Amino acid sequence: MKAVVGGLGRWVTESIAGLGEMTIFAGRIVRALWVPPARGALIRSALFDSGVLSLALVCASGLTVGFVLGLQLYNTLSRFGAEESLGTAVGLSLIRELGPVLTGLLVAGRAGSATTAEIGAMKATEQLDGLRMMAIDPVHFVVMPRAVALTLVMPLLSAVFVLCGIGGAYLIGVELLGLDSGSYLANLENAIQFREDVLQSLVKSLVFGLLLAWIATWRGFSCAPHAAGVSRATTSTVVTASVCILLADYALTALWAV
Amino acid sequence: MQESSGRDLAVGGFVLLGLAAIAYLSLQIGGVSLGHEGGLVLVARFDDIGGLTPRSPVRVAGVKVGRVEQIDLDEDLRAKVILDVDPGLGLSIDTAAAIRTAGLLGDQFIALEPGAEDAYLESGEEFMFTESAWNVDALVGALVHGDATGEDD
Repeated sequence: MKAVVGGLGRWVTESIAGLGEMTIFAGRIVRALWVPPARGALIRSALFDSGVLSLALVCASGLTVGFVLGLQLYNTLSRFGAEESLGTAVGLSLIRELGPVLTGLLVAGRAGSATTAEIGAMKATEQLDGLRMMAIDPVHFVVMPRAVALTLVMPLLSAVFVLCGIGGAYLIGVELLGLDSGSYLANLENAIQFREDVLQSLVKSLVFGLLLAWIATWRGFSCAPHAAGVSRATTSTVVTASVCILLADYALTALWAV
Repeated sequence: MQESSGRDLAVGGFVLLGLAAIAYLSLQIGGVSLGHEGGLVLVARFDDIGGLTPRSPVRVAGVKVGRVEQIDLDEDLRAKVILDVDPGLGLSIDTAAAIRTAGLLGDQFIALEPGAEDAYLESGEEFMFTESAWNVDALVGALVHGDATGEDD
């Protein structure tokens, strides 16, 4: 009994201490943003790794999701003779939910894991200590550029994903199933509002980007400095970031609707 | 560093592509009109707005010119609908506002039918003539009982 209560107490204090460390770490990243030099070349390089290299994956996934949505919704809607609403249904589901969430999960798997593994490997091979020896702050030199890139990349990729999805549903609905092209696009444009839908989508993806950047860099930075530690940290990034993205999605949706 | 220029080009292209996608979503699909400041705010009162909701479109001759901003109940228990309309239209003061349905079961919108007066509606003014939504129950009732009593206004 004593052991159980004690274990619970230790778990709670450790969790809170972990959150505190994460918060201090986030503060260090934010402070690194203002400290010169700006590390432009490193940010560009990180943008290439997490953005450009994720583009093909995001486009392909967006198209496929669009295909599936087009096919499924067309079949359901045609039962009620409401095929014209395909544009509305596809647009709303992609812009409000699927675009930001699926992009978040994809980028977490593709770029978040890579970021953690890279920083973790640097830690395991004592490169971060080497930087400290040269009086270079590893948060400034290694972590900050990658965090900035992961955050910025998310809204851009999410918008690309949404457009690919809308295009994919267009291909299926209009080109394959013979829906009228004008009614697809007109319904889509009528149903989507900037403040309620597009802005919500962008804010969501930005928040997911922040969460992913924070989690991925922290897991890499704090991992145990050996091979098993790096692998554990990488797994943990994908799992934690995915769960956090889904939870944050619910919270944001609920807040936005109020 | 020699591969850096190609990489920079890729990053620049990626950022431009992403920004273009955001711009397309906002401007074309989201329907943001840049510099949308002084929309003409008009008030229309109806006995029955049917399924009209905020953000429903406002159309003149079928062309979208604005949207429903807000729907309230006024002191006389009628629906007070506030419209935000393109200010450059020049709607005469005897313009009529009618609630119509797109298609048989489609969304409802407000159709404006311009009148013949020379004076134009100013911001905050109210429509003189309105026509409420068609109530399907009343229509069916009229068909069944044969009493095609006209609607209000």
